[in-house]
Amino acid sequence: MPKVNDKCIHCAGCVGTCPVNAITLNEFIIEINDKCIECGICIKFCPVGAMEK
Amino acid sequence: MKVDCLVVGAGPAGSVAAKEMAGRGFKTLLVEKKQEIGIFKRCAEGVTKHGLEKLGIKVNEKSIANRIGGAILYSPSGKYVVMEGKDMEGYILERKVFEKYLASEAIKNGAMCMVKAQVMDMKREHGLWKAMIRTIDGEIEVIAKIVIGADGVESKVGRWAGLNSINRLTDYHSCFQYEMANVKVDEKYIHLFFGNDVAPCGYAWIFPKEFSANVGLGILEKKAKMKAIDYLKKFIGEHKDIFEKAHPVEMNAGGVPVAHFTEMVSDGVMLVGDAAQLVNPIHGGGIVRAIHSSIIASEVAEKAFNSNDLSKEMLKEYEKRWDEEYGEKTEKLMKLRYFLEKLEDKDFETLADILQGEDIFQLTQAKMSFFLKKLIKKPSLLLLAKKYLM
Repeated sequence: MPKVNDKCIHCAGCVGTCPVNAITLNEFIIEINDKCIECGICIKFCPVGAMEK
Repeated sequence: MKVDCLVVGAGPAGSVAAKEMAGRGFKTLLVEKKQEIGIFKRCAEGVTKHGLEKLGIKVNEKSIANRIGGAILYSPSGKYVVMEGKDMEGYILERKVFEKYLASEAIKNGAMCMVKAQVMDMKREHGLWKAMIRTIDGEIEVIAKIVIGADGVESKVGRWAGLNSINRLTDYHSCFQYEMANVKVDEKYIHLFFGNDVAPCGYAWIFPKEFSANVGLGILEKKAKMKAIDYLKKFIGEHKDIFEKAHPVEMNAGGVPVAHFTEMVSDGVMLVGDAAQLVNPIHGGGIVRAIHSSIIASEVAEKAFNSNDLSKEMLKEYEKRWDEEYGEKTEKLMKLRYFLEKLEDKDFETLADILQGEDIFQLTQAKMSFFLKKLIKKPSLLLLAKKYLM
């Protein structure tokens, strides 16, 4: 499952491109749940490189 | 709480939807997950004057950070083309102010509004929607006859309603922006920079505000060699004349859907604005389309309430009307987008030469005949034009 690092500025772009609805922005925390299929799309999208394998 | 209409998200689309619905006498609740309406922007804040005027939206003076007379487009080598004229007049908004203004209009019309109120889940029960909303006072349950999803690119309403609202990477710009102070540009124009090393499949922008400027770019992952933030740092570093003593006062990021809309309605649900991916696929502007979608959606919702039928079939009229208004145009703009994404840097130079003095604004409106006439004289571009534009 990807890990969110400190670069995240909570734009929620990853939430909008996750194909399985595994990501949620709650307050200032991006949460990835176990629906994640590790497709890596969020990692590719992230404008600031805040998503890591 | 029981309401006629629950609007999720208080951006421009959500607030206008709430204003329209409340103004028609429907009991309307507008909820915003953040503690403050208007932050954090994922936007360069530009909007055309005529775009808002044709929708009857009056912008209050304090929402306007700058008035723009046109745009200047730059090729990779620095050749430029100026776009001016009545259609190009626009505002750079202060969205922190503009969005609160729009929300206040909704509230004045009778809508209820809550901030720091996040919809955590939504279920269909007995022909109604039951939404669980987390608020500062704990979780509340809201029963709504209709839900308008104005919850942005990350729309959960769409997903809960079983709609295909996922943004595919091929049609989803990865954007990064600084709002910077002390940026040296002509502040009567927005400035757009093209090139495969500048912003692959997109462009970099400078939108001057009152004492700062939005400086950002959008890229598509398929052609990108690095992250959007890295492209922007490179861009700033390469334009010392503009940014030598400029520094950021804000940082923004986000996804911009540059696609054709797919599904916008389900039983008792309508998606508006970014949630339905309603963005001009050429320039990525979404404010006017978002507001327009909410106006149409509200008209259709009223009709559906009057016939006591909030089914998907009934609400489909919203999709139909959207398609009549924007369908053909968006399709053409998508083709233009694919054409532009194929261009090499030398092609941008050619375009800068042949488009001098032309009314390029027409391109953003999908009026392309003049463009095709110009391209016919350029064999290097003609093949691409034939493939995508003819």
